[in-house]
Amino acid sequence: MRMVMTGNYASAYGAKLSRAEVIAAYPITPQTSIVEKLAEFVSSGELKAQYIPVESEHSAMAACIAAETAGARTYTATSSHGLTLMHEVLMWASGARLPIVMTNVSRAMAPPWSVWVDNMDSIAQRDTGWLQFFCQNNQEVLDTIIMAYKICESRRVMLPAMIIEDAFILSHTSEPVDVPDQEVVDRFLPPYAPELKIEVGKAMGFGSLVKPDQYMEFRYKDMLAMKEAAERVKAVEKEFKQVFGREYGGLLEKYMCDDAETVLITAGSVAATAKDVVDAMRARGARVGLARIRAFRPFPHEELRALASKVVGIAVLDRSYTFGAAGAMFTEVKASVYSCHKRPVMKNYIAGLGGRDITTKIISNIMDDMAVAAKRGVEDEVEWVDVAGLPRRWR
Amino acid sequence: MVKTTIPEEEFTYPGSTGCPGCGANLVMRYLLKGLGGRTVVSIPACCWAVMPGYWPSNCLKVPLLYTAFEATGAAISGLRAAFDVKGVEDVTIVGFAGDGGTVDIGLQAMSGAAERRTDAIYVMYDNEAYMNTGIQRSGSTPYGAWTTTTPVGPKHEFKKEPKKDIMAIMEAHGIPYAATVSVAHPEDFVKKAAKAKKIKGFRFIHALSPCPPGWRMNPTQTIEVARLAVETHYFPLYEIEEGKLRITRKGKGTPVSEFLKLQGRFSHLTEAEVDSIQKTIDEAWKRLLDREGPEA
Amino acid sequence: MTKSYEDLPLTPIADTPSTMNLTGLWRVVRPLVDKSKCKKCTTCWKFCPDAAITLVDGFPVIDLNYCKGCGICAHECPSKCIIMVKEGEA
Repeated sequence: MRMVMTGNYASAYGAKLSRAEVIAAYPITPQTSIVEKLAEFVSSGELKAQYIPVESEHSAMAACIAAETAGARTYTATSSHGLTLMHEVLMWASGARLPIVMTNVSRAMAPPWSVWVDNMDSIAQRDTGWLQFFCQNNQEVLDTIIMAYKICESRRVMLPAMIIEDAFILSHTSEPVDVPDQEVVDRFLPPYAPELKIEVGKAMGFGSLVKPDQYMEFRYKDMLAMKEAAERVKAVEKEFKQVFGREYGGLLEKYMCDDAETVLITAGSVAATAKDVVDAMRARGARVGLARIRAFRPFPHEELRALASKVVGIAVLDRSYTFGAAGAMFTEVKASVYSCHKRPVMKNYIAGLGGRDITTKIISNIMDDMAVAAKRGVEDEVEWVDVAGLPRRWR
Repeated sequence: MVKTTIPEEEFTYPGSTGCPGCGANLVMRYLLKGLGGRTVVSIPACCWAVMPGYWPSNCLKVPLLYTAFEATGAAISGLRAAFDVKGVEDVTIVGFAGDGGTVDIGLQAMSGAAERRTDAIYVMYDNEAYMNTGIQRSGSTPYGAWTTTTPVGPKHEFKKEPKKDIMAIMEAHGIPYAATVSVAHPEDFVKKAAKAKKIKGFRFIHALSPCPPGWRMNPTQTIEVARLAVETHYFPLYEIEEGKLRITRKGKGTPVSEFLKLQGRFSHLTEAEVDSIQKTIDEAWKRLLDREGPEA
Repeated sequence: MTKSYEDLPLTPIADTPSTMNLTGLWRVVRPLVDKSKCKKCTTCWKFCPDAAITLVDGFPVIDLNYCKGCGICAHECPSKCIIMVKEGEA
């Protein structure tokens, strides 16, 4: 059924269609309408689930961990400070190999207080062992939640996933969304049936203490699981396309990249704007393309290396910053392509922090700047875009 | 056959890595005797997070979910929700945490679970300091005690603040059952655990759990010191059921110095300081008696 | 050492009784029971933190594989029928 809904409702419908059994969540702007909608679904009986109104995000994740260990499919949603408060237990969820799915409405960190979009919160969680999907639109939010359960619950993965939707740009913007039929989703996504779970009367200790003799081996297995996840993302999406007719490009969505000389790499909702810019520039004859990092974890190493070997310049647009270094997507893309035989020229653009608009003009200026840098060489490897007081004008 | 005063069936195996004379081992042993085998226990960081032993060792005969230090209240809510959604009714959910994990870092999550009326029993085994990390003060360390972070130095320092009254805090949540228990009184302990099991909603059990290394005493004295805690009214045994308080063992009112002198952690106290502790205890005991009112 | 990571489960799930840990090795003093004085009151069994005492015909049988020698049993025995002796002596 086609409905018009916000990214937050798309999240809620995604969780409902996936038949989440335990939902534990805490309100935070701009995530709140996800859990409000889910509370409504549970209260009306549309969704047969237990809703735990926890007293913090840390408890939300801890409750999901416990419920998931007892064999229930769980879901939660959070944002910014809520996500970073969860940090400890995010690691717990992945170490315990629990395929929890969570929406993070990506929002800037305080201070200064800001309720608007940037990806600092999500990027700060990149080492927690979660799969991370950056979504471009509301349909992708809904679809990725359903796919994430299937990817993560597969025996050789068993890791949690974070579905990232940009604050307000997706969370509070209504778009037409195709809401699939429950029966079709049920056929695609069978009930959660873990090999091992807490069972009354069975003496098993979950999350035991291990010696240095075994700790690394367990971590090695986690690493293998993430590798397997990369394969499952692609396989599950293929299956998803057959059933629902939609696909998103696996780990790395490429747009007009085949003959591109300059490529912009970014993630999240800004990719939609960037696609318009690519279309407009192409109309003027510029050979530009866009590659959207859809999965930041597992990171699309192979896809990026294949792309890098064909282009002259890569601009990486980060909507976050790692202080003392550079944008995290930039450093990771650069690390991935470093050992390629033919390396493109690369530049990092930091833009859109704390809800600052990234306009089509800014993106086309970035593309032009990159094309020049690719020919004449890079002066400033990392540029902060559209900052008052800096000499360069981007708007 | 000999008749035992507490159920003979064990739900703990020997081979726990707790210290010799560990009170917390007894707390778990008695608790599970009262609750039986259809119990699921969640344990945060605390002595009991290491006492089951290194993987794959486990000294519990019931399922055990380890959780993060501050997360016990959330974990038991999650467990109950999962069993509810799966239609498993006949199961007792237990959160089993130390004093630091309860009155300090875990207070928020526990308070949340109590306020949500999570159907579970929360047990705090109170050894009155962060013992697993090596005897640091907690919000449950009593006035007068030495710990490694309240060292007794030239300025005659020690913990100057009284311990948090966790029973009052939990009672203020309006929970249906709260009780204190002691390892020196296993019969009373098992009875209260069994009673708590039958009640629905959030139940709280506060167990005094002597710690020979942390209390600076001989491990042979674990039971003796726990008994004296009750006799001196340092740790009275009572229960609060639907708001009604009942003292389950009156104790002789032995001078508190008898309790304190067994423990090296109090050995620096002057007579005046011991007297002030005695005064505090006497006042608290009187309040408890007044609260109980005339016996029915 | 573990032979291979492949032999390990997904996550460390502890499913082996802790009787795998011979904590009796920690002991420096050992309890000796004088059965002739024992009144089968079960006090020692009741107070053993390690559940290392079982009752056989009412008499305590202390499993020295797990007894850590804390001495609570000897201290609490009302008939004084348990004494603690140094390991290697008596």
